[in-house]
Amino acid sequence: MSSASDEKPNLMHQTQFIQGHDLPIPTLSILNADGSIQAGAEVPELDQETAIKIYRNMVYIRVLDERMISAQRQGRLSFYLTCSGEEAAVTGTAAAFTINDMIMGQYREQAALRLRGFSTEQFMNQLLSNKDDLGKGRQMPVHYGSNELNYMTISSPLGTQIPQAAGYAYAQKLQGNDACTLCYFGEGAASEGDFHAGMNMAAVLNCPVVFVCRNNGYAISTPADEQFKGDGIAARGVGYGIKTIRVDGNDILAVYSASLAARRIAIENNEPVLIETMSYRLGAHSTSDDPSGYRSKDEEDKWREKDPIERMQNWLQSKGWWNEEEEKSILESYRKDVLDTLKRVEKKDMPGLDELITDVYDTPPAHLQKQFEELKEHIAKYPENYPVAGGAKHG
Amino acid sequence: MAKMNLLQAINNALDSAMAADDSMICLGEDVGKFGGVFRATSHLQEKYGKARCFNTPLTEQGIAGFAIGMAAQGSTAVAEIQFADYIFPAFDQIVNEAAKFRYRSGNEFNVGSLVFRTPYGGGIAGGLYHSQSPEAYFCHTPGLKVLMPSNPYQAKGLLLSAIRDPNPVLFFEPKRLYRAAEGDVPEDDYEIPIGKAEVVRNGSDITLLAWGAQMTEMYKAADKAAEEGISCEVIDLRSLLPWDVETVANSVRKTGRLLIAHEAPHTGGFGGEIAATIQQECFLSLEAPIARVTGMDTPFPLAHEKEYLPDYLKVYEALVASLNY
Repeated sequence: MSSASDEKPNLMHQTQFIQGHDLPIPTLSILNADGSIQAGAEVPELDQETAIKIYRNMVYIRVLDERMISAQRQGRLSFYLTCSGEEAAVTGTAAAFTINDMIMGQYREQAALRLRGFSTEQFMNQLLSNKDDLGKGRQMPVHYGSNELNYMTISSPLGTQIPQAAGYAYAQKLQGNDACTLCYFGEGAASEGDFHAGMNMAAVLNCPVVFVCRNNGYAISTPADEQFKGDGIAARGVGYGIKTIRVDGNDILAVYSASLAARRIAIENNEPVLIETMSYRLGAHSTSDDPSGYRSKDEEDKWREKDPIERMQNWLQSKGWWNEEEEKSILESYRKDVLDTLKRVEKKDMPGLDELITDVYDTPPAHLQKQFEELKEHIAKYPENYPVAGGAKHG
Repeated sequence: MAKMNLLQAINNALDSAMAADDSMICLGEDVGKFGGVFRATSHLQEKYGKARCFNTPLTEQGIAGFAIGMAAQGSTAVAEIQFADYIFPAFDQIVNEAAKFRYRSGNEFNVGSLVFRTPYGGGIAGGLYHSQSPEAYFCHTPGLKVLMPSNPYQAKGLLLSAIRDPNPVLFFEPKRLYRAAEGDVPEDDYEIPIGKAEVVRNGSDITLLAWGAQMTEMYKAADKAAEEGISCEVIDLRSLLPWDVETVANSVRKTGRLLIAHEAPHTGGFGGEIAATIQQECFLSLEAPIARVTGMDTPFPLAHEKEYLPDYLKVYEALVASLNY
């Protein structure tokens, strides 16, 4: 409905309001909990190799998350956030994209980074802020990023990556290299103004970006029914003129199928797509949160029965692509990898003191160099009061 | 050389930069076919196409985020915020995102090819929301560079430097001088270094320091003082972050006195930062307290604009008081 058009206006002659839920958005569902396929469902092309890669990735992230939560409880790292319950929503979307596509996430998408090849050691380097952390030990744990893997460094302010992703995709379009941007955010972040700005700009400026809203029911303690009144996030996509789909986020085939199609639309038509993955945050919001204060064990148990990993495992087994022994073997090897790596990485030095002032600008300006010289003189005077004078261990 | 007003110099700089850099994009509200409400982006869409100079929806946080995304991809993004008064919706994107992009990622990513241009300042009957000078908010943010030109020659040279600087830059344009300030501007490409002040008049009795539109009042005050036999050294700071401590300190060591003037309110204004630094650098040379002539600690008024502004008479009175201290 463009403004200055000659089109005949669509009139009505009775006062009738459109109801908030007049546009029912269905949920794409392909895979049953027992691993069977829904009657009449269109199964996406997913070969055995890719399927196994996706599955192993989900299991790896579950193991990493569980071990790191324990490590945080033991005081070995300061903070952690899990992807638990949303492994299919994240892995299944990321798997439909290529390494040339930029990923811009929120913070609960480590599964996408792992899928692109981020190593256990790289995860640990970041979590423990040591000298080998690509981020030079500056950000809180789980704020990963990798230029090599086209995974934009995570930042804490919510929703800020949404208009950025639109801009990134616009620039990709102008460069003409058949790449797009995959942008993740939660249903809580979708209440930020940046969601509105980014969605509208992406639509108006024809940006090849696929937005994935992980609707997991909660933003910390706030349930979704205190977050919005409309039909979730998907209904809003339609309002912005964006092709939109809602999928069962615990159904790897539904997630993957929608994502493959979404990428194709973004690249071929130069337009944004919105996917809302309906799932559940199985764990606490973070290690600083205790969900027992705002939701019931029954509710959690109900969702645990819909675990996306179990569901995919059942499907793989039904196809004869997976068995109990393989399951046991990868669980053991991932647990060992995570624990061995943690022990090794814990011994690494922290970043050099000069990393305190590098990268504020491309080169440190004079005033910052002066402040740094003063700091070094001070530390030299009181070396025992500070953990590091460059290259030392964490205190 | 060509005679240009400040707007033409900016338009000329954008044109020059877009010609030299295929990845450069100008975006903002009404910057497309219309060429901007002040016409700073005139003819750019015609010349470089709709893909490289375009209108955005009316959303400052969106413009800022979108430009950050383009710069992160490696394109050169020059975003316009229609009035500096409306930059605050983009404050989060500028302060939490653009400024910290390189640092937080360990230089895995950066938005160095990013510039925000925005008209600022009073004197045009703009009331509360078409008059503000918000530079001090941004000078408190490590990772940003902040520039404020005062004439057409500076506007072109500094803007070209800003566009090519490998850091995000905020470029505040004195809209009061858009058409009022005219001067000779080279038609060829040139740059003015960021972080360097310019001593625009030599003097021996007192140092007068300002930037942007406020410079016109400083010249007038210095002229009036000269009639009374007072010799003012006048410095145009040009670059606020980083700012040229050395040039200002050298001048104050010579004159023994410093007067700083800005349109923005007094408390928390950038003059306070300069005063504190110069007091530390030049303690033994100072013969009077450092004077600050600024906007009052009120919102920017409409009816009392003339009374509110730190005009040349207020500057003159303050410099005489400093000399008589």
